[in-house]
Amino acid sequence: MNAPQRPAAGPASLSRPEAPTQRWRLKQGGLIDRGQALSFRFDGRRMTGHPGDTLASALLANGVHLVGRSFKYHRPRGILSAGPEEPNALVELRGGARREPNTRATQVELFEGLEARSQNRWPSLRFDLAAVNGLAAPLLAAGFYYKTFMWPAAFWEKLYEPFIRRAAGLGRAPGSADPDQYERSHLHCDVLVVGGGAAGLMAALAAGRAGARVVLLEEDCALGGRLLSESESVDDRPAAEWLNGMAAELASLPGVRVMLRTSAFGLLDGGVVAALERVSDHLPLPPPHLPRQRYWKIFARRVVLAAGAIERPVVFGGNDRPGVMLAGAVRSYLNRYAVLPGRRAVVFCGGDEGWRSVADLAASGARIEAVVDARPEVPQAQAQLAARLGVRLVAGGRVLGTQGRSRVASVRFADAQGREEDVGADLLAVSGGWNPSLHLSCHLGGRPRWDERIHAFVPGDLPPGMGVAGAAGGQFTTHAALAEGAREGVAAARDCGFPTNGPDIPRAEDAPRELVPLFHVPHGRGKAFVDYQHDVTDKDVALAHREGFRSVEHLKRYTTLGMATDQGKTANVTGLAVMANITGLGIPGTGTTTARPPWTPVSIGAIAGPHRGKRFRPARRTPLHDWEAAHGASFVEVGLWYRAQWYARPGEAGWRDSVDREALAVRAGAGVCDVSTLGKIEVTGPDAAALLDLAYANSISNLAVGRVRYGLMLREDGFVMDDGTVARLAPDRFFVTTTTVNAGKVMQHLEFCHQVLRPHLDVSLLSVTDAWAQVSIAGPNARKILEAALDPGTDLSNAALPHMACTEVSIGGVPTRLYRLSFSGELAYELGVPADYGEATMGLLMERGAPFGLTPYGTEALGVLRIEKGHPAGGELNGQTTARDLGLGKMVSQRKDCIGRRLAERPALIDPMRPVLVGLKPADGSAPIRAGSHLYAPGAETHTANGLGYVTSACFSPTLGHPIALAVLADGAARVGQRIRVLDPVRNGDVEAEVCSPVFVDPEGGRPRG
Amino acid sequence: MRITCPHCGPRGNDEFTVLGAADPVRPGPDAPLAGWVAYVHERENLRGSHRELWHHQAGCRAWLVVERDTWTHAVIAVRAAREAEQAP
Repeated sequence: MNAPQRPAAGPASLSRPEAPTQRWRLKQGGLIDRGQALSFRFDGRRMTGHPGDTLASALLANGVHLVGRSFKYHRPRGILSAGPEEPNALVELRGGARREPNTRATQVELFEGLEARSQNRWPSLRFDLAAVNGLAAPLLAAGFYYKTFMWPAAFWEKLYEPFIRRAAGLGRAPGSADPDQYERSHLHCDVLVVGGGAAGLMAALAAGRAGARVVLLEEDCALGGRLLSESESVDDRPAAEWLNGMAAELASLPGVRVMLRTSAFGLLDGGVVAALERVSDHLPLPPPHLPRQRYWKIFARRVVLAAGAIERPVVFGGNDRPGVMLAGAVRSYLNRYAVLPGRRAVVFCGGDEGWRSVADLAASGARIEAVVDARPEVPQAQAQLAARLGVRLVAGGRVLGTQGRSRVASVRFADAQGREEDVGADLLAVSGGWNPSLHLSCHLGGRPRWDERIHAFVPGDLPPGMGVAGAAGGQFTTHAALAEGAREGVAAARDCGFPTNGPDIPRAEDAPRELVPLFHVPHGRGKAFVDYQHDVTDKDVALAHREGFRSVEHLKRYTTLGMATDQGKTANVTGLAVMANITGLGIPGTGTTTARPPWTPVSIGAIAGPHRGKRFRPARRTPLHDWEAAHGASFVEVGLWYRAQWYARPGEAGWRDSVDREALAVRAGAGVCDVSTLGKIEVTGPDAAALLDLAYANSISNLAVGRVRYGLMLREDGFVMDDGTVARLAPDRFFVTTTTVNAGKVMQHLEFCHQVLRPHLDVSLLSVTDAWAQVSIAGPNARKILEAALDPGTDLSNAALPHMACTEVSIGGVPTRLYRLSFSGELAYELGVPADYGEATMGLLMERGAPFGLTPYGTEALGVLRIEKGHPAGGELNGQTTARDLGLGKMVSQRKDCIGRRLAERPALIDPMRPVLVGLKPADGSAPIRAGSHLYAPGAETHTANGLGYVTSACFSPTLGHPIALAVLADGAARVGQRIRVLDPVRNGDVEAEVCSPVFVDPEGGRPRG
Repeated sequence: MRITCPHCGPRGNDEFTVLGAADPVRPGPDAPLAGWVAYVHERENLRGSHRELWHHQAGCRAWLVVERDTWTHAVIAVRAAREAEQAP
């Protein structure tokens, strides 16, 4: 026996550093670089592998078959596959903030220093206490979420859920922020080829030679697909040699882009393909300036799906024991990675495919203990192979079970006559046939079709623009893959306007693939798993059927079959077959499995791309931002904007001190506030006034040139949408402002009014929000400050520039727009200068205003001032108030059509009992009132039906020296002077308030006209 | 999803926002209230071809009438709303 010896294994050997051995590495062959050794650790144990290895192949090379514990039962699990379908070999990769759970060891490329840990085991992988869950299995059967733990209800949170969370589960998410970068990118091409195996390569070559722009995606790190794993020749050369030639020619074609380590994971609407490029996952750390992963949106005119196929395991007792491996994966480990996955093998198959593993295992020096072929009559070629190798052939047989502690030690099978037998073995290679990887063809709703020839689903009706080639379409020979790839590549190129005859088809194997249905061996020994990752057994499927969950969709949700991170790549069709066996309706009559994106898990980081933290959304800063920051401003986010909230000064104990000082400074002298964030729109054209008459509730067309008007905008359903000011600069030119947060919405709404409702109007709209730095100067000294700051020659008298007038002036020689309007209730102006002059203007204003006490104030003081004045703002314009509710009902013009006028007349909206705007002040003169509190009549029961309204805005009024609030209150006008209960159950607030007029300061309104 | 803007050509759907049905016609100012309620609130939930108003917000800012299949999500036709409205 020249096969390598299995290293002594036991719990002690796990923690002991061991010499790098790779005792299961074959002496020759494989696509690995033996010249270089890579050191890595698994559960702390140091081992080595070679470049070209995956973590799985390197573990197998070191004799490690036990790599994890299962989700529910904590059963020992090994490596089932050699690709993205892997359900068992999930590991935690890396550490710290880069810890990545549930990574498929079969896809992880080995790199120097790689650290991986097994998952879901305690205290250790070999000795897992929770494996007794297997004894409690009846409790964890199908639907256990829904029934076992439901009673008594109080136990769920305290007992059952923590138990399940501890007992069941997979890897642990990292506890801190991901330090790596992720990118999002777009790509356009004529032909997108998904899959770089024989079919995909020929498709890319055909379309590329024709001159089409081609993108070829391959999720592996090398081109070739199954050709990398089979001992085959193409055009009478070793497959690897042919692949090198193909790769070289594709690289030489200027229109062809080959993307390795890139998975197409979803087909989106309109044929857009979403793909994930693992740029740096195969490296210890991402290189400088490179992301870890890149999310691609690929816009292709034609897609060729050449994604290959996935081999099916068979459901039999103990089919999850480490050492049970898909037969095709066995060949991958032998031929591609030069690793012997076992030295005494049993092969269990339903057709010719399994026999390829018999030949390759024998060639690698393994002993074949038996080939259990489900076919009663095994074709002559295979029978001859068995005879030549001296292998025992069990025709018409089936495997009933496996034994062994943490790895297969023996296999029990029955022959065609039902005679049972145990045979010692450390590897059981299984092939139940192959399922085409048709996932992308289903993402837009396409239903697969059952193909009796291969006992598998193949793509049914294809989405527009997609063609299928090779194993993805159910054609499993290499020749068919090459021919179909070329055919689909030619067709796709032609569709894009690149006529071509296509390349010659290389010679390749074209052997028939006979197969009998082999899904399930009932009545075996031990648990028989359908879905390895979610621990769903054949008994769970039967239980679901007994309890009435017979539709495939119910079966899936009740048992969670196919709902793990592998999305049932090895489980769905088999589960359907087990169910079909029970229903007796056959697989097509029982149901169809379909697929949704993503093909393999996509990290949240890749989906978020660069949009996280401070880059989660754009930050808008006003032209005065730096000036404000330099003068002590604290900023608050308002929509995308950063606005100065208050300016703290030395000695001020808290924000209230700053805000009170700023508000009092405005009332006593003057303040300056940055209002650049207000939305600003220029409306020009002969029909500008007509459009604004439609959009605003009040009339705009009768506004005189040089005057400003408060404008109220309704939604078509009669509720208030936004408010602002409208200045008429010329008969055909208006300057409109909106609230900060609604700027985009109002612009879109005006465009809607124009283009959809009044397309014949000759008017144009331009957003100029960013063009102007705009400040408000408010307070009794405002005029004096402007007189000192503006260039000489400007008449600011009431006669020349009355309240609600506007004019053009200049400041420091800069053309400036001056609007006399007031939000604070004081004499006030707004001054607009081109954005680039904002900071200089601010400096000049502060210098000239200093003698008059000019004080910068932020949004908090602005809010205090407007609440004192009873001006509605965000809290009142909350989408639930009408103009009438806010005391603005008279503004809605009855002489013209306008948005929202008609539906504001609905009976419920003019009900006198509707809550209307009022003011509130604490009855005791000091208790704070909080916004959001609900209003009740004193003594009334405090339930919803008795609610009379709610507080919309509240603040401490430094002018009055006590808290004040604005509220909407049913029959509010009649309640002025009465007491009301202000209840804030969420924050334990319960105070009594007196209802008053919403205008707390200067109710006659004389100050702004002064 | 791709929408072919009549001004800008084929663009990704992230450049657009959707408003809803394009066919309801705004009643005259003195139409009965029921007509207005229908215009603002009542919508068919169609399977199949549906005319919708889309806004090329991150593009040319045109309002578009997009005819779209609500079952397959296929975009059947796109016109600028201004032209659709002015068509005889």
